[in-house]
Amino acid sequence: MKRFLIGALAVLALAASMPLIFHNEYFFFAGYVVLQFIVLATAWNILGGYAGYVNFGSGAFFAVGAYTAVALYKAFALPLGLQILAGAAASGLLGFGVGMLTLRLRGIFFSIATIAVAIVLETVVLNWHYVGGAKGLPIMRPVETPFFASHTVWLFFVMAALAVLAVGAARYIETSWIGRGLRAIRDNEVAAECSGVPTLKLKLGAATLSGALMGAAGAPYAQYLSFIEPASTFSLNYAVNALAMPIIGGMGHWIGPVIGAVLLGSVQQIVTVTISSEINVLVVGVMLVVFVVAAPEGILGLFRKLFPSRKS
Amino acid sequence: MTPLLQVKDVSKNFGGFMALDGVSVDIAQGERFGLIGPNGSGKTTLINCVSGVLANDSGSIRFDGREISGLPAYQRTRRGIARSFQIPRPFASMSVLENLLVPLEYAGTGKLDEAHEILKQMGLADKAATQSNRLSQVELRKLELARAMAARPRLLISDEAMAGLSSNEISEVLEILFKLNAAGITIVMIEHIMQAVMKFSQRVICLDAGRIICEGTPAAIVAHPEVQRAYLGA
Ligand SMILES: Nc1ncnc2c1ncn2[C@@H]1O[C@H](COP(=O)(O)OP(=O)(O)OP(=O)(O)O)[C@@H](O)[C@H]1O
Ligand SMILES: [Mg+2]
Repeated sequence: MKRFLIGALAVLALAASMPLIFHNEYFFFAGYVVLQFIVLATAWNILGGYAGYVNFGSGAFFAVGAYTAVALYKAFALPLGLQILAGAAASGLLGFGVGMLTLRLRGIFFSIATIAVAIVLETVVLNWHYVGGAKGLPIMRPVETPFFASHTVWLFFVMAALAVLAVGAARYIETSWIGRGLRAIRDNEVAAECSGVPTLKLKLGAATLSGALMGAAGAPYAQYLSFIEPASTFSLNYAVNALAMPIIGGMGHWIGPVIGAVLLGSVQQIVTVTISSEINVLVVGVMLVVFVVAAPEGILGLFRKLFPSRKS
Repeated sequence: MTPLLQVKDVSKNFGGFMALDGVSVDIAQGERFGLIGPNGSGKTTLINCVSGVLANDSGSIRFDGREISGLPAYQRTRRGIARSFQIPRPFASMSVLENLLVPLEYAGTGKLDEAHEILKQMGLADKAATQSNRLSQVELRKLELARAMAARPRLLISDEAMAGLSSNEISEVLEILFKLNAAGITIVMIEHIMQAVMKFSQRVICLDAGRIICEGTPAAIVAHPEVQRAYLGA
C-alpha cells in the first residue's frame, strides 16, 4: 500500500513537471487522451475483467459524464472539480440503474442493455437543444489557468490525477476481499453465492463504481475540445477501446488495462497524426482479434509465460 | 427442541414436470441424515431449494426455527447452511487455498489458519497453491467439501461427494464427516454408495419421483419393499 502511494505521488509529480520537459502543446493534447483511456480501461476492467460482466456501452457512460458537466457548466458555471463530481455521480447512477434492471439475469442481458442504453441516450442528446443537440455546442475555456502553462496542461494534470485515482481504486478492489468476491462471481456465480458472497450487491457496486469512473473521464471532455457534439462523444471508439485495452493488456491485474491503454492509446495517436483517425477503430479491432486468438491473457499473460517464476 | 431444518410440503415444478411433490422432512440438530433415491428423483433439487440455489414454488423451509425460503443463497450460507456440488463448481482461476478463502471471508471466521487446517484434513494440503482447474476429478470433489466446510456451517449438505473415490478415500471422507458431526455439525449426505450412507446415517429417507417413499433407520430402509423396488432394483 505504502509503495503504491509513493508510486502514485511520483506519477502525479511527474505529470506536474512535464511542462518543464515538453514545451510542445501537442504532447499534452495527446497525453490527455492516453490518460483518459487509462481511466476508461481501468473502469471497464472493474466490472468486465474482475466480475466478467461485459459493458459494450462505455461510450454512453463517458458521454453522460461529458454532457452532465456541460449542462451544469452552462447553467451554473460550475468549476471543473464539481463538474467531474457531477459527471461521475450521473454515470454512477446510470451504472446502478442498468445494473438493477439486468444484473439479476445472466451476463449477456447486462451486455445487451449497455448497447441499448448507448443508442437511447445518444438519441436523447441529439434532440436536447440546451446542450446543442446534433449541431453541438462551443465551450469557452477559462482565459487564465493559475499555476499551469496553459489550459491543456491543466487538463492533462487533472486527467493524470483521475487516472491515479482510478488505478488506485481498482488496485484496492483487486487485492481486497471485494476482488476475491468479484472473481468468484466470474468463475462460478452459483458457487460464489453459496459461499456467502452477496453477488447482486457486489455486481451493483462494481457497476456503479465503473460507471462513475467513466463519467469522471468524460466530464472534462468538452473543455478539452472547447466544443461538444454527440457523434464524437458517443463514439464507438470509446466502447471498443474501453474493452480492447484491458483484454490486450491483461484483465487479471490492475496494471493490465494501464499497459493496454498506454500501448493502444499511443498507437492511435500516431495513426491519427500519420494516417487518419478514421482507421483507429480498425487498428484496434485487428489488434483485438490478434490478441484474443494468439494471447487470450493479454500482454501480462505473455509476460508470465516468459518469466514463469515471477508472481505478479 | 425445534429441529434444525424443517422442510414442509415443498414442491418444485420445472415447466410442468414435478421434480419435488410435497416433500416434508425434519432434521434434528446434530443428526447424521442420509438422502437416497434413484437418478432424477429430486435429491439435488431438494437441496437446491434448501440452500437457495432454486426457489421452491410452495411450502416452507425453516432453519433454526426461522423461515428462510425467501432468502438469497448467500444469506442462508451465512446463517449456517453449506453444501457441496454434485458436479464440481470450483473457482477455476483461483488456487485451491483461495477457493477456501472465499467462504472463509464471506461466511466463516476469516482466519487463514483454518483454511490450511481444512486442507490438511481433506488431504489437499500439498495442493494449496495449485490452480483449481488443474485438479483431478477426485481432488475436485474433495475441494467441494473443503470449501463448504470453510463456511463454518451448522448444517453441511454433501451432494455425492464420494462418487469416483476409492474405498480408502471413501473411508477417509467418512471419517472426516464423523469428526465434523462429533464437533456438533449436522450433516445431510446424498449418496449412491450404499455402504457409505448406511454406515454413516442415523436416519435415511428415500425419494422417488419427487416424493418421499419411506423414512427410517438404514436397516429398515434397506428392508423396505418400495425401496427395494424403486432403488435397489430387487
Ligand atoms: N434446472 C432444471 N430445469 C429443468 N429440469 C430440472 C432442473 N434441475 C433438475 N431437473 C429435473 O428434475 C429431476 C430431478 O433432478 P435432480 O437433479 O434433483 O435428481 P437427483 O435425484 O439429484 O438425481 P441424481 O442422482 O442423478 O443426481 C430430473 O428429472 C431433472 O432432469
Ligand atoms: Mg443429484
